[in-house]
Amino acid sequence: MGVNLPLPSTRRLRGARKALLGVVGLAGFLVVWQLIPTLGLINSQYLPYVTDVAVRLSEETSDLAFWRRLGSTLAAWGIGLAVATLAAVVLGTVIGLVPFLRRATHTMVEFLRPIPSVALIPLAVLMFGIQRQAALVIIIYASFWQVFVQVIYGVADIDAVARDTARSFGLTRRERLSHLVMPTALPYVMTGLRLAAAVALILAITAEMVIGNPGLGRMIELSRSAGDSVGLYAFVVVTGLLGLLVNIVFRFIERRSLSWHQSVRGEEVL
Amino acid sequence: MTAHTSSITMTRRGPGVGSRIVASFLYALGLPFLLLVIWAIAATRSTNRFFPDPLTIFKAFVDTWIGPAFVEDVLPSLYRLGLGILASIVVGVAVGTVIGLVRWLRELLEPLLEFFRAIPPPVLIPVVMLLVGITDTMKVVVIVSGAVWPILLNTIEGVRATDSVMTETANSFQLTWWERLRFLVLPAASPRIMAGVRQGLSVALILMVISEMFASSSGLGYRIAYFQRNYLIAEMWSGVLLLGLVGVFLAVAFGLVERRVLRWYHGLREVSRA
Repeated sequence: MGVNLPLPSTRRLRGARKALLGVVGLAGFLVVWQLIPTLGLINSQYLPYVTDVAVRLSEETSDLAFWRRLGSTLAAWGIGLAVATLAAVVLGTVIGLVPFLRRATHTMVEFLRPIPSVALIPLAVLMFGIQRQAALVIIIYASFWQVFVQVIYGVADIDAVARDTARSFGLTRRERLSHLVMPTALPYVMTGLRLAAAVALILAITAEMVIGNPGLGRMIELSRSAGDSVGLYAFVVVTGLLGLLVNIVFRFIERRSLSWHQSVRGEEVL
Repeated sequence: MTAHTSSITMTRRGPGVGSRIVASFLYALGLPFLLLVIWAIAATRSTNRFFPDPLTIFKAFVDTWIGPAFVEDVLPSLYRLGLGILASIVVGVAVGTVIGLVRWLRELLEPLLEFFRAIPPPVLIPVVMLLVGITDTMKVVVIVSGAVWPILLNTIEGVRATDSVMTETANSFQLTWWERLRFLVLPAASPRIMAGVRQGLSVALILMVISEMFASSSGLGYRIAYFQRNYLIAEMWSGVLLLGLVGVFLAVAFGLVERRVLRWYHGLREVSRA
């Protein structure tokens, strides 16, 4: 971001312009969506009117059953993300700190990581049936690698001078972990957590669609098979908003927890 | 870390090159081999039929996939995957470059693009099925509709972050529109574009599998779901294995392409780090 800083007033003007254009873009999209079925470009059976979808959305959100489904999607997402993050941080720290383990597990990790988690869906269904546990297997598998890889990078990033200093000052293992390893690896963990949160949501909803455990994804699949296109689009919009919310919240958490840290890290792994 | 490991190899230089090769070979294959043996022993002891032993899976792998199934199921899947990835890259980079270069367009579309990126891609499968119908085109469209967003957004970011000194240099040298694109904008954006492509690849693979599980009578995803529904456990495992191999192959191929495309960039980073 090597741009010369504009004066505060012009910056505020630019911000206002940006927000205005953003709103115009959003409104334009909705108008185009409404016009396509109105003009008959696509049959409204396949692309329903935006107004119908909006009405359906407001109906759904006043229905308690909707919030229950949203809750069960979020529960699977939260449990999966928490378990995966915890396991990845512990395993990643141990493996990252011990060179022998790192070398010995390298091939295993490189083979397991690219396996698409959805390939495990049939296995999860066989093991757990149509239950939340089956969805959790998929969610945990996918989001584990996001955090794990970042933890390994983070632990490997420890400054050699800092490490030697810690050693010559005779810091105990616990002190070294909390004063040396943790601060170095934390930015990486946060990046991993943000990526994992998005991936976990994708797989929570995918699992509901394919496996059929209750939640938003199952509602999408049910609307599709019932030919209820208005409902289908309404639920797709809900999942998009949910994804947006998750992205914004985790970006915020990342920025807050790293306000002391200067790095702007590229996202090199999904 | 680097200093530490190098000191270890220094002390071990005594035994000679041969033993070092053996050591790294053991490191690479020791754990997978050990796990396979444990699995095999556990499989013969337990009565759980969902975990057949590795030899059975290997046999099922050969029986199932090497033969006509390769032509009927695997190749069409890979073809659609390849087509979808290619289309995503072309569309993502082309549209992303335009949006990245035109400021008002970027500000106009930014919230919308953020929303589309946030939609979990598999959710788009029913939508595309409605709009396109259940055809082969639909599966390619599904792959593109999910994989294009990371590429598009990363291209926009990359194009936007082109070094301003270089832009001004290009201005004063009066580069033509095409020259500027070819020698300034695209190379400057390429690290970000490649990061986007990497994200797009894994999304594309997921969508290939799911779209075939949903609406298909052939393909890898369909086969695996079919095996599971009919309790053909070893065959199902062999399908999971094959998907894993496809994933590994994609990752390796991407790594090679990336190293080639971004050779100058990695070189630059090495220099600035040293």
